[in-house]
Amino acid sequence: MKITCQEASNICNKSQYKEASFWDIVKLRIHLLYCKACKQYSKKNSELTSMCDRAGLTMLSKDDKERMKRDLEKKF
Amino acid sequence: MAAQELHPENWVDLYADYLFNYAVARVSDTDLAKDLVQETFYAGLNSAKNFKGDAAERTWLISILKRKVIDHYRKINSKKGKAEVRINYSSDSDAEGDWLEQQVADPFSKDGDNIMENEELGLAIQDCISKLPQKQAVVFKMKTIQGMSTEDICNELDINPSNLWVMIHRARTALMGCLNDNWF
Repeated sequence: MKITCQEASNICNKSQYKEASFWDIVKLRIHLLYCKACKQYSKKNSELTSMCDRAGLTMLSKDDKERMKRDLEKKF
Repeated sequence: MAAQELHPENWVDLYADYLFNYAVARVSDTDLAKDLVQETFYAGLNSAKNFKGDAAERTWLISILKRKVIDHYRKINSKKGKAEVRINYSSDSDAEGDWLEQQVADPFSKDGDNIMENEELGLAIQDCISKLPQKQAVVFKMKTIQGMSTEDICNELDINPSNLWVMIHRARTALMGCLNDNWF
């Protein structure tokens, strides 16, 4: 049941994208009970996720950027 | 101090997302925002000789975009009569509150503050993302903003999953640090 801090951070990252399995999360939870450093990391990581959600980030698609680049280059 | 020079060939890669976020927050229309960003790049290219090099490239582009947004609103308001504020009784009878008093904004609402704060947060995050190494930034954006699956990203970039998670880990750690310095 014991996992290393590296495994813990890996599970933590995956869980930010809902890609951690149930057992992984159980293992992570147990690890967080006794590992302060990972607990801190995990907290910050979830904060980052919620900030990204809140900020409503958007971006241009790859195609859009390619098109922009082509159009812009024509004007050089 | 040597004046900064413009590098238009890097503009799209470096600033397109940042400018796009800025524009979307102000015109809430993705197609229009896209056009405004494109126009900003054109205008920047045309007035490149006016760039004095005392502002960072991005700040300068943002100031052009700002003008473009203002021009846009001026244009849609320029038809006579459009510029005045009109309040009608709500035309759709489904809407709650028949009386004008019931339709005014709730003075205790915090929505306005939240929207503004989130907009600034969005730009702060984009700013931090732009400081990441190119590859990490690409992976992070695909995963977090576009919400692509691990498998799709691996196929598109030709990397393996553990590779991807290492990059995500590095990107997230860097972003936490960057936002810690610039936001909290």
